[in-house]
Formats: sequence, C-alpha cells, structure tokens
Amino acid sequence: MAEVLVLVDHVDGAVRKTTHELLTIARRLGEPSAVFIGDGYDAAKAALATYGAAKVYRVSDPEVSAFLVAPTAEVLAQLVEQTSPAAVLLASSADGKEIAARLAIKTSSGLITDAVDVQPGDAGPTTTQSVFAGSYTVQASVTTGTPIITVKPNSATPEAAESTPAESDLEVTVSDAAKGARVTDRKPREKSGRPELTEAAIVVSGGRGTNGNFEAVEAFADSLGAAVGASRAAVDAGWYPHANQVGQTGKTVSPQLYVAAGISGAIQHRAGMQTSKAIVAVNKDSEAPIFELVDFGVVGDLFAVLPAATEAIEKHKA
Amino acid sequence: MKIVVCVKYVPDAQGERTFSSDHTTDRAGDGLLSELDEYPVEEALKLAEADDGEVVVLTMGPQDAGDAVRKSLQMGAHAGVHVLDDALHGSDAPATSLVLATAIEKIGESGAVDLVLTGMASTDGSMSVVPAMLAERLGLPQVTFASELSVGEGTVTIRRDGDASTETIEASLPALVSVTDQINEPRYPSFKGIMAAKKKPVETWSVADLGVDASQVGLEAAWTKVTEFTERPPREAGQVVTDEGDGGAQLAGFLTGRKFV
Repeated sequence: MAEVLVLVDHVDGAVRKTTHELLTIARRLGEPSAVFIGDGYDAAKAALATYGAAKVYRVSDPEVSAFLVAPTAEVLAQLVEQTSPAAVLLASSADGKEIAARLAIKTSSGLITDAVDVQPGDAGPTTTQSVFAGSYTVQASVTTGTPIITVKPNSATPEAAESTPAESDLEVTVSDAAKGARVTDRKPREKSGRPELTEAAIVVSGGRGTNGNFEAVEAFADSLGAAVGASRAAVDAGWYPHANQVGQTGKTVSPQLYVAAGISGAIQHRAGMQTSKAIVAVNKDSEAPIFELVDFGVVGDLFAVLPAATEAIEKHKA
Repeated sequence: MKIVVCVKYVPDAQGERTFSSDHTTDRAGDGLLSELDEYPVEEALKLAEADDGEVVVLTMGPQDAGDAVRKSLQMGAHAGVHVLDDALHGSDAPATSLVLATAIEKIGESGAVDLVLTGMASTDGSMSVVPAMLAERLGLPQVTFASELSVGEGTVTIRRDGDASTETIEASLPALVSVTDQINEPRYPSFKGIMAAKKKPVETWSVADLGVDASQVGLEAAWTKVTEFTERPPREAGQVVTDEGDGGAQLAGFLTGRKFV
C-alpha cells in the first residue's frame, strides 16, 4: 500500500487534535507516515501510535525549525521524492498552507487547501471544500504530481487504530535559500483555558453590541464550555485579540453551534461562520442580517438575555 | 526602495458569486480591487514616501482587472503592469504564481526589486498560497500575515499576531511579505490622485511577452480540477423571539432542547 505523508502539527511534542484527524484520513488513502520535525518526540510518540501511524520520519536538525516554512518544505520534498506517496496531508493553518504551497511548486504537484473531507477515489483522493463564504460546496481532485492537501480542523472524527510505528531519523541539508526568514522573538499568549476557536464544538462571539464588555459573552460561553470569538468591529476597537476574530480576515469556523451576540452579520463575518450546524443570535436590532441565518434568535439586549440564559443553563446543569 | 505590489481584481463579495459551466469562477459580473489588497498598496506607499521610492502594481486577469491597477494608481502607486491574455483563463494558483513571478523578474530588469508585497488572501479563492508560491519561484524569503512592518539595513522586520503567540520575524531583503488588514488604514484616492493616475504608465503584457508558454497556464494546464460544484441550500428560516423578560430563558430552552447543554 502506498504511503501517505502526514506533517505532524505539534508544540514541543504536544500533538494537536488536527493531526489525529489527518492520520485518520490518511488511513483511508494508504499507510500513514507521520513526519515529526523538531523537539519533543517522546511526548508525541504515543499519540502517533494511537492514531495509526505506520511509520514516523523524525527530523531533529535545529536548522529546520529555526527558519520559517522553507526548510520544512525542503524536508517534505525530499520525502516525496524518496517515498512516492499517495498524498501529503497538512493542517490548514497559516504555516501548513505555506509549507504546502512551497512543496507544490518544488514537486510540480497540485495543491488543494481547506478541504473539509478527503475520500479515496479511482484516480487519487477527492476532496470537498466549502467556498464563496460557504455558499457553494465543491468536489475537486489533483491531476498532476503528488496530491498535496491541507485539511481544516473538525473534518474527520479521529479514530484510534493502535500501531507500532517504524521510526527512522532523516538526515537533511537545509539550503541557504531556505534560511531567509526567522522568528527573532516570540511572546506566548496567555491561555484562556477555553477550547481553541477552530476546533471547538461551540463558539460564542461578541460584536459591536458588547461595547467592549465581553463579560456576559464569556460567562455564557463558559456555561457551554465554548470558545469565544469576536467580530472584526470588536477586534478593530481593541476589545478582543485578532486571534479570536471570526470572519473573512480572521478565522473560519464550522462548529456544532455558533452564537452571535451583538453582531449584525455583515457578509465578512458570515463568511467565517455560516456553515455552522446551528446558529443562534442575540441582537437589539430586529433587522440585523444575522437573523436571516439563525435557527433561533432573540431580539433584545445581550446584557439582559445572556446572563439570564447563563443562569438557566447553570441551573439545568446542577 | 522599489516595491512591487501584487493585486487581484475579484468578483464583488457582496454580490452573488458563482461558477461558470467550465467550473471556473464566474468573473463576468461586477468586480473590484480585492479589499485585502488595499492594505499592501497602502503599506508600499508609506514605505516609498519615506525614502522617495517607487511602487509598481502588478495584476493578472481579464480586461476588467485593469480597474484594480487603476485604483492602486489613484491611491498613489507610480506605475502598473497588467498581464492580460485569454490563455490565462482558469489558471490555478501554481500557474498564477508562475506568471506573476515571471512578471516580477521582468519588472526587475529596469531596476532591482527590493520588496514584493501582497495581501493575506484573495477574497475569491481565499487560498492564501500564491505569496508562498511566488517566494518559492523567486527564491525569496517569505514573511506572511504581517500586522506591522519596518525596513532596516537590508532587512525587513514584521510583527505577526498568531494564535498561540505574537512573533517578531525578520528576513533579509529582497523578500516577499504578505500583510493583514490590521497593518494600516488604506487611504481613499484624493481628487488629485485620481487625476494624476490618468498619466501614470501602465504596461500590458501577454503570456508571450513574459516568455511563458501558453501550455503552462490556463484551465487545461491546471494541476487540480473542480469536478463538481453544488450550491448550498439556503438555511431554513428559524424562530426569532423578542425578549420581554424571558428571552434568556427561551434561549436556554432552545439549547437544552437541542442537547447543546
């Protein structure tokens, strides 16, 4: 069976859930070969085995992690040449897409980004994507080279398939051309303790209507175990970090439930959330476009409605 | 500094976007300079104003794409290049990057290019991959999603606001940088700018002018294909209530009823 390369998305060995999903998808297409770059392999090992990696290629050369994107693309290109895989799967993060993009040019291969499903086909994998702000669903496939596919979070339910991966260490040479860009400083964000926005099952977002006070939104989110998002207006006003922005120039999310509080529902915001399974909105303005999208909506003041809802939810849980 | 800004003319995101029968994006309707491309144009203008530099705006697209160049010139860019050729219809990202990279090299023939700027994504394809592909083809370091940018001696430094952290990233020039919508506030063209734009040089190049083979671009040459597209059915209208003191309770009821709690 052909190998399927999966680039492991991790922070110091803590493997992200998206990698579990990629390994699960890889098993549909061939034999998963995880590519682990950087430090912390001991921490990652178990997860890769749980989700069925048949092989792990390890790259510990610090030069690969020290420089942005380009060296990783070189490593993957080397592996593509060596293993002639059925596909290369990466997470649809900013780095994932850039690595995929450089790899596509290096290997003269087609690239499909932001797939929400990948299935085996007669002539290679077929992908599903949600395009034009979610108004269209597209099936596509790669017609040249090795299919390179970036996959959005929550595109597959991770399936455990315990394995004992064959581990090998890769020697790599990073070209000078790949050493052009590096991170010179990194200030970690404070962890909110809430789920990650693009992976969460429930997202509660606040907009202009919060007037800068996200307490009611946060308390409501916490009662549901939800991630907190923000509209562009809220981020531009400095009320919430850009990392939490939902919309065309922020994150695109497709959770089981999306609650929009004090958000009018302009197209740029809708582009980021309108494929959510269920949508709820609270807004003072009965004409707000967001109400066209909802399964349930409340016309009212979020400062009254959300705390009341939070209280009722906490009572229900007790 | 000589800066090239890549811009794209896209269908209006506020309108109904759809596919043509050949499975390509329907570009027949109203279009405009992609909103996200105004930011790199503005950033380029600020850099050029600081050191008496030059901003060349580059686009690839059908006839109407000239509007994207024109708007950029009205904002203050000095010159424009429009790669226009029927053979380009249906080009994928790799082919787009081939054309743009070749055009940038040709622009460089009349004076070395120090910096290539792009937006963070197009508002139609939304792949965010062309900048990286361009950097790969041009052999440049890429620095992307910049929310702040400064140029030093032979280097460019950016701030990137990632999910887990805020990073400072440095690259040696020449480099390719993509910028987010957080980086600046694009200026509106002034009346003077609109008038001045009419006299600014715009070159139109065909695929042959670039020395690119027509067989490497366009729909048939694409390395991926869309096999099917389906319009999502519109969402069924849901229930909207007005809060008269029990809005919160009703909301909670809806959520518990749907087992979200």
